Amino acid sequence: MSGRSLFDKVWDAHVVEAPDDGRPTVLYIDLHLIHEVTSPQAFQVLRERGLPVRRPDRTLGTLDHSTPTLPAAADGSRPYLDDATRAQVEALERNCVEFGIDLRGWDSPDRGIVHVIAPELGRTQPGMTIVCGDSHTSTHGAFGALAFGIGTTEVGHVLATQCLLQRKPKSLAVTVDGDLPAGVSAKDLTLHIAGVLGIGGATGHVIEFRGSAVRALSMEGRMTLCNMSIEMGARAGMVSPDATTVDYLRGRPEAPHGTDFERAAARWLSFAADPEARYDREVRIDARDVAPTVTWGTDPGKALSIDALVPPAQDAAARKALDYMRLAEGQAIAGTLVDVVFVGSCTNSRLSDLRAAAEVLRGRRIDPRVRMLVVPGSERVKREAEAEGLHEVFRAAGAEWREPGCSMCIGMNGDIARPGELVVSTSNRNFEGRQGKGVRTVLASPATAAASAVRGAIADPRALTAEGVAA
Amino acid sequence: MKPVRRVESRTVVLPVDNIDTDQIIPARFLTTTTRAGLGKHAFNDWRWRADGTPNPDFVLNRPEAKDAAILVGGHNFGCGSSREHAPWALLDAGIAAVISSGIADIFRNNSLKNGLLAIVVDPSSHADLLAQPGERLAIDVATSTITRADGRTIAFTLDPFVRQCLLDGVDELGYLQQRLPLIERFEARA
Repeated sequence: MSGRSLFDKVWDAHVVEAPDDGRPTVLYIDLHLIHEVTSPQAFQVLRERGLPVRRPDRTLGTLDHSTPTLPAAADGSRPYLDDATRAQVEALERNCVEFGIDLRGWDSPDRGIVHVIAPELGRTQPGMTIVCGDSHTSTHGAFGALAFGIGTTEVGHVLATQCLLQRKPKSLAVTVDGDLPAGVSAKDLTLHIAGVLGIGGATGHVIEFRGSAVRALSMEGRMTLCNMSIEMGARAGMVSPDATTVDYLRGRPEAPHGTDFERAAARWLSFAADPEARYDREVRIDARDVAPTVTWGTDPGKALSIDALVPPAQDAAARKALDYMRLAEGQAIAGTLVDVVFVGSCTNSRLSDLRAAAEVLRGRRIDPRVRMLVVPGSERVKREAEAEGLHEVFRAAGAEWREPGCSMCIGMNGDIARPGELVVSTSNRNFEGRQGKGVRTVLASPATAAASAVRGAIADPRALTAEGVAA
Repeated sequence: MKPVRRVESRTVVLPVDNIDTDQIIPARFLTTTTRAGLGKHAFNDWRWRADGTPNPDFVLNRPEAKDAAILVGGHNFGCGSSREHAPWALLDAGIAAVISSGIADIFRNNSLKNGLLAIVVDPSSHADLLAQPGERLAIDVATSTITRADGRTIAFTLDPFVRQCLLDGVDELGYLQQRLPLIERFEARA
């Protein structure tokens, strides 16, 4: 069969039942990721109905959202924000024991942000369907998986049946051709695309990211891109598997090994979109137009080049956003004073992200007015970063090096800023109050975040890297 | 789930586009392990001032919003996170239906699974409804129509399967469990 998209192929391979009488498709789920925040009420439903978890082998749990990122005390106790967050973590620990689920918890060398650990373990694989009670599940689409966020009711459906009732979304091809300019990262491209499509621009669609600039991205760059598909309103974002995908998965602890790997790789590559695949919509982006990009408003679609001026407010929502951000139309976004810098989250907490931030910080100090948190995405990322000495670079620059978790992306674990403070953040959402009540968030790449910490104001990282390493 | 057949109420209007789930319920209130009692945190940071007193400027705090069960919101309502706490909070706060010209996919899905009517109407009807706060509307699920105060109607689209679940008050888990033989056959094939 020719002319099928990646999305078509993965969807078709997971249809259990597709009735032609108006009832929805029953779609099979290969991998279900769970965490402490969106699962407790689903386990409660199983208990009320006396149901087991149908496929514990296809379910993987971790602790990330409400976990503290400060280290454990000498007696091993964790500095939870409050009793509620502790109770939530303990509920998942109990639920995983009761229902026989593999939990990479506090005692596991694999624990970390759910969308960081599944890829690095090799559990995320091309052609899979993957769900999680978290909208950034779209991250796994970087591997050519169909991966999307679900609510807690659906978490219960998957726990009980390994299936979901679905209507097939429409498809949108976002084709990015050309080379990204030097000093421009996957995050800049992602924010640029969010700016082009707008926050609701891809509602009802699954995006396939294509084109030479996407092919040229590393797997970690592709994860950053797919991670923010939801910020464009999309159900999921996907990239066709290729040699980069296969190379990433080779040797991963929970991927197939030996001849099994070669067989799996051949199957994975067969999911790549056919050259003549058709899409419901198509958007083209020229990679050469992308500069370091940040946000000026209170949704990720309100993005602009770092050397641009804050645009005039076109509507009430934009005026409200400018008021909240305390920015004026026509002012340069660069140079805006910064209070806090956060490097982390499922968008940008992988080794390459930490390296990009460290490259800017090496031999420099952050502005003494600025507080900077660097939070690795997983225990594995933390070990690898420390083996390279990145933690020493961060500490020498004056930043805090924390334990893995969602940290300041979600503002429910104790890591927040104070009302009115401006945070330059490598995370994915700049909604009002996302990082604490009244906190103003500017989304940026790890390099831009680090440069802004050094300058004490929003800054173009290319200016610092051009200066070379400070003495 | 209780059957949802008809919602009749005055509207309360929030004419802001892109109201995200962090506004509907901020993340710091997601540290619960039950679904009850979230209504007091619905629109928390717009509704309550720093000292815990109600913000009198916020529309849901005004006397005319009391007992209003239909919320008309700006375009792309419910964007952002997958937290089902958002529809749980709205239902607990007495909201039975949300109407907009665009509703984000996950929020819409989560809402309908809990009996919160998440209804997308055409942009022109949406503009009319936004311009008439407090209008008395009757939403009929079986016919998928909204009847306005002056008797005119607005048709909306509702997935036929979802509509039947709402009318019968059944959830989808039972339906999926009936499909287990098919699911087992699929697994044997894979």
